[in-house]
Amino acid sequence: MSAPARTVTGSVPSVAIDTLALRKPSRSLWSDAMRQFSRNKLAMAGVVVLTVFVLMTVFGPFVWRTPKDAIDFLAAKSPPNFAHPLGTNDLGQDMLARIIWGGRISLAVGVFVMFVQITIGVVIGAIAGYFGKQADNLLMRLTDLFLALPVLPVLFLTIYLFQDTARRSFGPTLGTFLLIVLVIGTLTWMPTARLVRAEFLSLKQKEFVEAARAIGADSSSIILKHILPNVLSPVIVAGSLGIGAAIITESTLSFLGIGFDPSTPTWGRLLSESRDFLDIAWWMAVGPAAVIFLTVLSINFIGDGLRDALDPRKNA
Amino acid sequence: MGNFIIRRILTAIPTLIAISVILFTIINLAPGDPLASFAADPRVPEAVKENIRKQLGLSDPGPIRYVKWAKSMVVGDWGNSFQSRSPVGTLVKQRAGVTLQVLGTSLLLAIIVAIPIGILSAIKQYSVFDQVATFFAYLGNALPTFVIGILLILVFGVHLQWFPFIFRTNLDQTGIAAVGVNIKQMVLPVIVLSFFEMAALMRYTRAAMLEVIKQDYVRTARAKGLAESRVMITHAVRNALIPVSTILGLRIPTIFAGAIITESLFRIPGTGSLFISAFQNKDVPVLMALSFISAVLVVAFNLVVDILYGVLDPRIKYT
Repeated sequence: MSAPARTVTGSVPSVAIDTLALRKPSRSLWSDAMRQFSRNKLAMAGVVVLTVFVLMTVFGPFVWRTPKDAIDFLAAKSPPNFAHPLGTNDLGQDMLARIIWGGRISLAVGVFVMFVQITIGVVIGAIAGYFGKQADNLLMRLTDLFLALPVLPVLFLTIYLFQDTARRSFGPTLGTFLLIVLVIGTLTWMPTARLVRAEFLSLKQKEFVEAARAIGADSSSIILKHILPNVLSPVIVAGSLGIGAAIITESTLSFLGIGFDPSTPTWGRLLSESRDFLDIAWWMAVGPAAVIFLTVLSINFIGDGLRDALDPRKNA
Repeated sequence: MGNFIIRRILTAIPTLIAISVILFTIINLAPGDPLASFAADPRVPEAVKENIRKQLGLSDPGPIRYVKWAKSMVVGDWGNSFQSRSPVGTLVKQRAGVTLQVLGTSLLLAIIVAIPIGILSAIKQYSVFDQVATFFAYLGNALPTFVIGILLILVFGVHLQWFPFIFRTNLDQTGIAAVGVNIKQMVLPVIVLSFFEMAALMRYTRAAMLEVIKQDYVRTARAKGLAESRVMITHAVRNALIPVSTILGLRIPTIFAGAIITESLFRIPGTGSLFISAFQNKDVPVLMALSFISAVLVVAFNLVVDILYGVLDPRIKYT
């Protein structure tokens, strides 16, 4: 990254003023990135949409007080109207309330899966990249092995086989949530690990690492304090795109009827329920489809924006 | 080269074994007794239960059970479905035809459409064509398969009524009429399945092509006065397609996942819907067999890709 030429206004030959002028536009990597990110229109649009959705799912139930599971057969399958802005489903339940509730689960799954996959990916990538040799060989074999696993069948199998235990130990919703987050996270850390490994491989030969080693820093502090901060930006980019992928995976599972209880209205489940009423109640499909689409699109725009802002080499 | 192929096959075997160990462990770590319904029956005396366990080999240590299981998997004896009581192999064979038909058509369509678009997009970088194509590729990447599917059903199936959206294998028509109906009912599933593939394939082709266009030998070809079309087709495209062909192989797992969703969406009676119904009915033998088959296919395609890579790119030396 080339430091931009700093123009010192005025020509007062004083050392004090000079340093002041130099310090004034303190441009760190992060502020630079912020500036470039905020100039990216698509990414900013993504931030706006996503912020609205997050606020909606967090505070929505306090504002929109219609309960998510109140059954009202008289209002069943009513198209969008004043009482039900997004219509009602076949049981007369309010679609808006259900979508707000489902958003909590979808967004939470996305964020927590991201943490799981980044944690595993960074640990494995850092160890493989830093220590090399046997460790690298072994861990990269493991990564290749996980890449060769057929994701959807394995997800099916594990969730099917372990959901009863998870439900018994942590309650139906929390248990399923933890299981889904853990399993999706465990099946998607590989790209992050490869990325972190590649960065570690090149960074560990840089002078600053050598300098740190020369002053007696041990491996753990070199990894954590010296190399890891330099790997942060590609990890952030991978993580943000990972959220979108995780939301898709979770809603795919719900769509196929796996995971959460039918009483929990996740976005995928809402869309799946709409299938039987497509000819008479299109609003049951359009609402959930739109929120899934907009959320994933916004997250991808944000991720791409972050990539452009944090990794100037990539978009050359 | 021959040496390399043999070595590559030899390294695929441990991968396959490792995957099968993982699958086997997942199944066996799972709580619950395979004889649960039977064991709960109070009329069956304890000694009989014990004998049955011994007979079925359930009391053997894990590794021995794994070897027995792996042996029967390799031999093709996949057991009987819990639900329909028929052999899993027969079930899979019955269902595979439709799946292959839909999958093959979609993959072919994706290749035919996406690769030329990707190439043109790269040649005319930043043009309107490129921007439109990139936008669609972006959409295809961000839209989950089932969302596209539902929207297409809503517009073309329900509203316009152009295409049926429930797949039928027991058609009333025969002969040419049946072929027509079959093509018509394949339109929506094939579009859904290929849209996602197209998006990915187009992006990869475009990226690979952009990479190649910058190379020196392309400039040389131009400098010696070749027609632009000749430069692109014989010099650039041929090399750009090498990475694309490998990507195609590596995306096989995602295509399977897409097939499961598409089959559920359009109620296609293929292996994907077999998998889902096995899941819903807790039909473990079917689940195991299908997971194992997809793992084998993934490893096999990776193998083919690696070998193909060497055939396509003679610069790669196998040591």
